[in-house]
Amino acid sequence: MSDDTTRLFIGLVAVLVTASAVAGVLSYRSPKPLPSTLDNLNARIKAWWIMVTGISIAFLFGTGGVILLFAFVSFAALREYVTLTNTRHADRWTLLGMFLIIIPVQYYLIWIDWYGLYSIFIPVYCFLAMPALTAIRGDTSRFLERVSEQQWGIMLSVYCISHVPALVTLPIPGNEGRGLLLIAFLIATVQGSDVLQYIFGKLFGRHKVAPSISPSKTWEGLIGGIASASLLGAGLYWLTPFSPFEAGVLAGLACVMGFFGGLVASAIKRDRGVKDWGHMIEGHGGMLDRADSLVFAAPVFFHIVRYAWT
Amino acid sequence: MTGGGASLLQKVSGAALAGLSRAVTGVRPIWAGAAPNGRQRIYFANHASHGDFILISTCLHPAERSRTAAVAGADYWNADSVRRFISGKLLRTVLVERNWVERTADPLQVMLSALDAGESLIFFPEGTRNMTEELLLRFRSGLYNLAAARPDVELVPCWIENMSRVLPKGAVLPVPLLCRVIFGAPIALEAGEERKAFLDKARQALLTLAPKKDGHR
Repeated sequence: MSDDTTRLFIGLVAVLVTASAVAGVLSYRSPKPLPSTLDNLNARIKAWWIMVTGISIAFLFGTGGVILLFAFVSFAALREYVTLTNTRHADRWTLLGMFLIIIPVQYYLIWIDWYGLYSIFIPVYCFLAMPALTAIRGDTSRFLERVSEQQWGIMLSVYCISHVPALVTLPIPGNEGRGLLLIAFLIATVQGSDVLQYIFGKLFGRHKVAPSISPSKTWEGLIGGIASASLLGAGLYWLTPFSPFEAGVLAGLACVMGFFGGLVASAIKRDRGVKDWGHMIEGHGGMLDRADSLVFAAPVFFHIVRYAWT
Repeated sequence: MTGGGASLLQKVSGAALAGLSRAVTGVRPIWAGAAPNGRQRIYFANHASHGDFILISTCLHPAERSRTAAVAGADYWNADSVRRFISGKLLRTVLVERNWVERTADPLQVMLSALDAGESLIFFPEGTRNMTEELLLRFRSGLYNLAAARPDVELVPCWIENMSRVLPKGAVLPVPLLCRVIFGAPIALEAGEERKAFLDKARQALLTLAPKKDGHR
């Protein structure tokens, strides 16, 4: 395991160093002030360095570190989400419960590996308790909107994201002790697909997929990005219990889900009239801007692997 | 407690509160015409939460933070020994008596002596927390009196966003939500400007910093 982990991180750092070098040369040669495309590229690379550093530190602490990292991702994502929703004074206890009870309990259940409860704790118990609590407070103004917004926020920011660290708990025969690498595989392919879609879109993008939602998503970017990310996934099969072909198919599936995640996130942002979810990394968007594709990919990837390999 | 800068305890608790408010609100200052310049300032802001002045002081550079005090109501902060300890020893406050009948010290004199000791002030010109649906209440005359008496001090409008959702009146636990503080371009009292005209101008300067109604941030 430690050999493969080392290989993976050396590879990642090499990719990032290359990207930084290329962006550095381009920025140096470009007229000032930098065009927005280049500015955006630099911002993405900077965000990537921060992400890789954060994930590497979490991996050093093993499963506990990764669970804590994603609990923090959930916290930051939920905070961005709730900021954009309509909340009323009567929602206070529900909101506090979302942050102080649901996040810790969900990740604790993953830590103690209680699949039977962490897979239903939110959709059964929380989704019934939250509207009940809101109803007890008696404020019925826009009740349905408030309740649905809160539930969808918990779904996206906590339930879906928690399926990334939950991959560690899957008892795949022959893959004992290598659960963290499966997480690395998912993150690398899905985030890689984001970057590749962006690059293919910039180079060849002509036909927009959903012009009313996101002007930057094109069919050329989508197809090129997902095809190349599937190849990337196949090339990373040694991180997983899959064959190269299986790894490529699973990566492709995760990337298609990731694309829909980004599309839905864009639709929500458009609805609320904001460009970014937040300002986590100075001037360059929030946690959900970077994690939106993982949100959709993680639970589907988790359940396919659980169904077919355990 | 005015004058002489911050005590060690105040510096430590100021840094701790700044860390805490960043953890809860991820607060980020937006300098829209008032980049920090080391000059003595009065930061005047909208007011709807006890957390408001903590949010502003979090946005300040530590050196500026340690010479900045919040103007607060003596009736509230002197009410019991716990509040007296918090306002006097942990935080940097200038307490003014709002009750006309019983007060022993003129609020304006208290604030002016703080300014003369080199303090920057955080000041809420509405005079109380805004519990209405209005964006901003009518300004009381305090800001005009300060501007007229100390024309060299910069008057910086600060729009605080979302803090009233994080920590509304009566709440103890804060709900984590993203907050921003937008620092606008300083305003000044022109020669011969009327009190009402100046206060309207100041209120307008603050309102223009507020996010637009369509939810755009």
